[in-house]
Amino acid sequence: MGQEFNTNQPIYLQIVQRLCRQIIRGELGAGDKLPSVRELAVQMGVNPNTVQRVYSEMEKLGVAETRRGLGTFITEREERLRQLRDELMTEQINGFVDDMKEMGFTAPEIIDGVRKNLENV
Amino acid sequence: MPECIVEFNRVSKKYVRQVALDNVSLQFPQGKIIGLVGPNGSGKSTILKLTAGLVRPSSGTVKVNGQAAHRMLASEVSYLSELDTLYPFYTTSETIDFNAGQFGDFDRTKAQELLTFMQLDPGKKVKDLSKGNRGRLKILLSLARKVPLILMDEPLSGLDPLVRDSIIRSLISYLDLEQQTVIITTHEVTEVEPILDTVVAVQNGQIRGVAEVEDIRINHGQGLVEWMKEIY
Repeated sequence: MGQEFNTNQPIYLQIVQRLCRQIIRGELGAGDKLPSVRELAVQMGVNPNTVQRVYSEMEKLGVAETRRGLGTFITEREERLRQLRDELMTEQINGFVDDMKEMGFTAPEIIDGVRKNLENV
Repeated sequence: MPECIVEFNRVSKKYVRQVALDNVSLQFPQGKIIGLVGPNGSGKSTILKLTAGLVRPSSGTVKVNGQAAHRMLASEVSYLSELDTLYPFYTTSETIDFNAGQFGDFDRTKAQELLTFMQLDPGKKVKDLSKGNRGRLKILLSLARKVPLILMDEPLSGLDPLVRDSIIRSLISYLDLEQQTVIITTHEVTEVEPILDTVVAVQNGQIRGVAEVEDIRINHGQGLVEWMKEIY
């Protein structure tokens, strides 16, 4: 039912990440209305309290805004959304580079490997 | 309103030959879905029955919404038994009528919505329903009541995955966590994990652990099943 979640990370964070990725892919745009807490809870198969936490976390990140009586919306500030895109890219690259360095790859090797991979796709 | 809806203070329950609950102190927070987990005979059902006022503690006190638990609290507590409690000769819709007559807080509109959601045939007699549909009907009756506290004893046990799934989805869709708290006993830990706020692990009549499910993931980087393996 619903969605699958990893057990090593809180569910609310996993949902925040999924929504952020939807924003970056352009599936959710500035000013778009997010589903109600209940709708998203049903969709994800999780507790409504968890979704509440997802939305407050996204507000804290400045990515979403709750308007009283109207619901939760993606922020209108496109600047913040561009920033989010950069942040997520940096985050992913950091994780990847850390892993590669841990295995002993040098910077030129990593760059070379990434380039080859991208050319092949 | 108090922050805690249920409070156990040094509660023991002894049946003739055995201790079902041994000096348990516990508070259940309001507005949450709380899972009571543990092996058979650990004391989970006893905790629910004490909360519903269906059995009395041998010592200690149980309070619900600040009042001593008593069976007359039925107006504030909905108790779903693990036993078959439906009258076999009623149809589904007669069962709903009967419950609406028993409980002043029964919401017929919600019952109707749940009937559609659960895809139950209103004209079918209870004795002709499959076990899964009897399970669904019990959940319907429980969720259609506007009570602050809902207790469910093993609502998923012995039911097939599709039925369990529809029951879990009905909880997400129809509970009103701003007004209601749910305590649910279960063995189906993996399935209920995404909808639990808090988990209480019971063993041999004692509480082995209480935790927020999300905190287990944050602090230990593990799911509920792994956490339970650790504490048992």
